[in-house]
Amino acid sequence: MALLQIAEPGESAAPHQHKLAVGIDLGTTNSLVATVRSGLAVVLSDELGRTLLPSVVRYLPDGGTQVGFDAQEQQSVDPRNTVVSAKRLMGRGLADIAHRESMPYDFVGAEDVQGAQGMVRLRTAGGVKTPVEVSADVLRALRARAEAALGGPLVGAVITVPAYFDDAQRQATKDAARLAGLSVLRLLNEPTAAAIAYGLDNAAEGVYAVYDLGGGTFDISILNLSKGIFEVLATGGDSALGGDDFDQRIFCWMLEAAKLKPLSAEDARLLLTRAREAKEYLTFHGVAPITARLNSGELVDLKLTTEIFTEITQTLVAKTIQPVKKALRDAGLQVADVKGVVMVGGATRMPQVQRAVGEFFKQDPLNNLDPDKVVALGAATQANLLAGNRAAGDDWLLLDVIPLSLGLETMGGLVEKIIPRNSTIPAARAQEFTTFRDGQTAMAVHVVQGERELVTDCRSLARFELRGIPPMVAGAARIRVTFQVDADGLLAVAAREQTSGVEANVTVKPSYGLSDDEIAGMLKDSMAHTKDDAMRRALKEAQVEAQRLIEAVQSALKSDGELLSAEELGRVEGAIAKLQTTALGENRRHITLAMDDLEAETKDFAARRMDKSIRRALAGRKVDELKEFGSHGENK
Amino acid sequence: MAVTLSENAAKHVSNYLAKRGKGVGLRLGVRTSGCSGMAYKLEFADAVTPEDIQFESHGVKVLIDPKSLPYLDGTELDYAREGLNEGFKFNNPNVKDACGCGESFNV
Repeated sequence: MALLQIAEPGESAAPHQHKLAVGIDLGTTNSLVATVRSGLAVVLSDELGRTLLPSVVRYLPDGGTQVGFDAQEQQSVDPRNTVVSAKRLMGRGLADIAHRESMPYDFVGAEDVQGAQGMVRLRTAGGVKTPVEVSADVLRALRARAEAALGGPLVGAVITVPAYFDDAQRQATKDAARLAGLSVLRLLNEPTAAAIAYGLDNAAEGVYAVYDLGGGTFDISILNLSKGIFEVLATGGDSALGGDDFDQRIFCWMLEAAKLKPLSAEDARLLLTRAREAKEYLTFHGVAPITARLNSGELVDLKLTTEIFTEITQTLVAKTIQPVKKALRDAGLQVADVKGVVMVGGATRMPQVQRAVGEFFKQDPLNNLDPDKVVALGAATQANLLAGNRAAGDDWLLLDVIPLSLGLETMGGLVEKIIPRNSTIPAARAQEFTTFRDGQTAMAVHVVQGERELVTDCRSLARFELRGIPPMVAGAARIRVTFQVDADGLLAVAAREQTSGVEANVTVKPSYGLSDDEIAGMLKDSMAHTKDDAMRRALKEAQVEAQRLIEAVQSALKSDGELLSAEELGRVEGAIAKLQTTALGENRRHITLAMDDLEAETKDFAARRMDKSIRRALAGRKVDELKEFGSHGENK
Repeated sequence: MAVTLSENAAKHVSNYLAKRGKGVGLRLGVRTSGCSGMAYKLEFADAVTPEDIQFESHGVKVLIDPKSLPYLDGTELDYAREGLNEGFKFNNPNVKDACGCGESFNV
């Protein structure tokens, strides 16, 4: 007998037609899957009632895999074949990964980092694996759990990603889902999912902060909600700060308080476990007893009070407030502008963290949902809507935005932004470009992402060429370049020459992406360099303009050079040479002056050329024809 | 004629209604469809219509349209767990045979 869920009025599904959809929080350390049952979002647990699935996969020589707790247990025994935190490697090239040497993995191409192409690959007992495959194995386990719990195949899933994930990382996540046999309804930013779980999407509009302190990472996001659109105003954080550091502090305190000698690895692990237990105990109690019998026979018997715990972790808590301040500054906001604060991540359960956040924002943070589950719950809510299980009046669609502007390279290495940052997605924008040289038959399209004015300061995403443009004078061709970003933030670019219809396109699937720090850095840079960039842009524009002027004059000299006397020709050529040298320099004023000079020198020449072409045009015409022509002009 | 909820089912329904924040009760019904002829309807009810037949069970208001009632009379709605899956289950004495999964049935 099938087990049924309560539907919204009039929405009962036909038998075997249930639209089963889930939300997945694909985390660095742990992953979760949630769904909406009878209108209520719930996290699905495994046979043993555990909701978290460690994002750990172990590859065995026989081609088998272990996922989750089983794999985690083997991590210290078989580190080389047990992949943890694959999320940090998603969409990254070998050269992008910091502290590669401290990881236990056997990276393919590690001997020649510069030569290594594409996403990182790991040699394991089960063969060469990419982070996409590792994530797919985690997702496959979650999918199996969800299908067992919901009693049928899933129509789709919403998977969450950090707000700062770039195109490459999002694409890698989507690929992993596809590999796991999941249809992705939408990739959703993690802080946005948390906000949805708290129902902020249908509550008031305004600015919200999402404070996410996980096991090993800290993220702060400032979101603006307006008319159903979540805009990520700023992100920040610390990729090496989390709940584990609090355990470490307790561990160090224990060593000192019990005056312990250097410990064996086994004893250290035992005490770290006791430290974590004490941390969790202190969330609800004033004093945590810590007892442990070491291998050496020594007995550790301590009492950790809330006061001591707060004191020894003060600097850690303070370390999270710095990025919060910075994110607010980046967003151009004050503490008073923040309407609500959402707490995400198990480490936010600690009372001193709650207190510090409350004091900073001068309001109690939202914490009545389980901070470990809140992202998955929000994703499930969104998945339920996207699968079509809507209640009346719930027919809104949540919109997300692109994190960094998308554009292309134009002459002089400048960036022309086509889709500005924070545009809501899906989005499509087109812009017309033209050729720079006479008879130009091909155009290189270089797609970049970033906020800066110069290509060299932005991230290169893809390059392609539009060939077969019919030869025309410079500026006559009309090339329409269309940028299209789908609901997951993935980009497709097409270029089409309007008169001939030739076209070329590319789906941007870059081989590897930006690091979190890079993205944060790029955003910061763009703000810090606004003035600087504007000047450099002006310089580049002057240089491009100078080049165009030189080419125009040279082409005129070629066709009508006989109109000038030898002396005049000498002066014009001198002015060209001077402009050519100044244009190589960095002084925009000098370039403009040299251009003025050249224009002055060629003024007469231009007039003579004009006369010549008018004579040519008028030759053989009758006088009354010309009169008629003139009177038409006057009537206008 | 009566349709009832088990205590466990009523507890879950009350909980879902409270979380949903609106609704007067639960609407049960049958409609023709599915591989064995008929299928259950299980929905939140936001309003009572004049022809609705009402029952009260463990504090939950149950609404049924008169056409469905003959097929549901004597049914107890239960809440059950089967492995990882959980949900509502119709214990309906009128059912002669059901399709393999029990989502649709015949009387």
